[in-house]
Amino acid sequence: MTMFSSRNWREYPQRYRMEAVKFKKSGLTFFPPRDIDPTNGDVECEKVNLPDIGKILTFTVVRIAPAQWGDVGPYGIAIVELADGTRLMGQMTDVDVNEIKIGMEVRVEFRRVQQEGHHGVLSYGYKFVPKWW
Amino acid sequence: MAGIVGYGAHLPRHRIKVEEIAKVWGADAPSYKKGLMLREKSVPPPDMDTITLSVEAARRALVRAQNVNAVDIGAIYIGSESHPYAVKPSGTTVAEALGATPDIHCADFEFACKAGSEAMYVAMSHIDAGQMDFALAIAADTSQGAPSDALEFSAAAGAGAFIMGRENLIADCLYTHSYMTDMPDFWRREHEFYPQHAGRFTGEEAYFAHTKGATQAILKKSNMKPEDFTYAVFHQPNGKFPQRVALEQGFTQEQIDPGWLSPTLGNTYSGASPIGLTATLDVAKPGDMILMCSYGSGAGSDAFIWKVTDRIDEVRDLTIKTRKLLEENLTYIEYGTYAKFRRKIIKNA
Repeated sequence: MTMFSSRNWREYPQRYRMEAVKFKKSGLTFFPPRDIDPTNGDVECEKVNLPDIGKILTFTVVRIAPAQWGDVGPYGIAIVELADGTRLMGQMTDVDVNEIKIGMEVRVEFRRVQQEGHHGVLSYGYKFVPKWW
Repeated sequence: MAGIVGYGAHLPRHRIKVEEIAKVWGADAPSYKKGLMLREKSVPPPDMDTITLSVEAARRALVRAQNVNAVDIGAIYIGSESHPYAVKPSGTTVAEALGATPDIHCADFEFACKAGSEAMYVAMSHIDAGQMDFALAIAADTSQGAPSDALEFSAAAGAGAFIMGRENLIADCLYTHSYMTDMPDFWRREHEFYPQHAGRFTGEEAYFAHTKGATQAILKKSNMKPEDFTYAVFHQPNGKFPQRVALEQGFTQEQIDPGWLSPTLGNTYSGASPIGLTATLDVAKPGDMILMCSYGSGAGSDAFIWKVTDRIDEVRDLTIKTRKLLEENLTYIEYGTYAKFRRKIIKNA
């Protein structure tokens, strides 16, 4: 099952630029963005771009991958806590799965996420690579 | 005149050695290493392409540009011969990723290995014409080389990005000169996977004639001599050609050294001399003069004379330098992984 290009298009702000929302009253940041702060019903918020470095809180290794990622497996899927405390999940790349560790520092990079077969649309977005500089 | 306000580069971490390719095809590795001065080349993994390399390089250029917002960029031009789509621009995706849409002009350029310097040339023309305050030019490729062809030993990947403007410059562009003729030295027809080339014919009459044509013309136009430059960067289809074209025209090894990346990077096609320029700016000092000359088959060369300003000292260390991308954090792969990464394995599924 591949992602519909229309859905991917709607998610460009998050996938391409990691745009989140920060609510005025609570100061909480949500990613993907929400319209209403679930803690207090606040709707006043500002758009913020998340930082591009963080560390792995936990991860798993996908060895039997869905068809569109079959050729790139095995690969890691990690929950990363970014420098501002926001947590998000994403695919690891440029790393041997045996080297992925909890606490590992990572950097966000823009990569090709999937493609709709040989003829379809290419989808792009963020992935995590080990931080080395 | 217009010039560079911010610059950045990106390279894959994967490398393959000449010996590893030669082993598969029964080629003589020492003769490639000695004859073409190539030791290894960069290889993009499957999730990296001209668009992703461009985004990373452009983000670094924005960091070095300091006070330029992405929305203030009036044009984005990407020069490449490996745009991921045959029909659908690379530039719109890159502009969207940078947050530079929707009030922006966008075009993808193609001119074999010269597409990147074309993007730089046109971006600066907008600034000089007063059309806009900032224009982004990107030179990027995930170069193709047919299995067992000589090009397979050199075809590499990388990107260089330049934000052009007229104030707060890092490098002022003092002169440009373009030189071109119709030359059947290297081409790729539609629906073909890999480019074709005319073997030795790609040398004297093609690379050397055009590179020297543009270089000599810009030296005459500027009334400058090779010794007036601190550095020089030439298109680098292999290690040997840029060295030879430099030395034959009176430039020295010391002048080309910082931007001479091809012996360990390979040929990044449209990216070659622009990435070489990023590595040169990384070590340049205020007042340094840099000559840059691209070459693209078909064929032509764009030459530029840059004068580095005081601002280089402020911005050089704001993000990663090109030599660090070239020399550190490397993963060496064998031919099987390389074939998979470059989609050289035919699957019927």
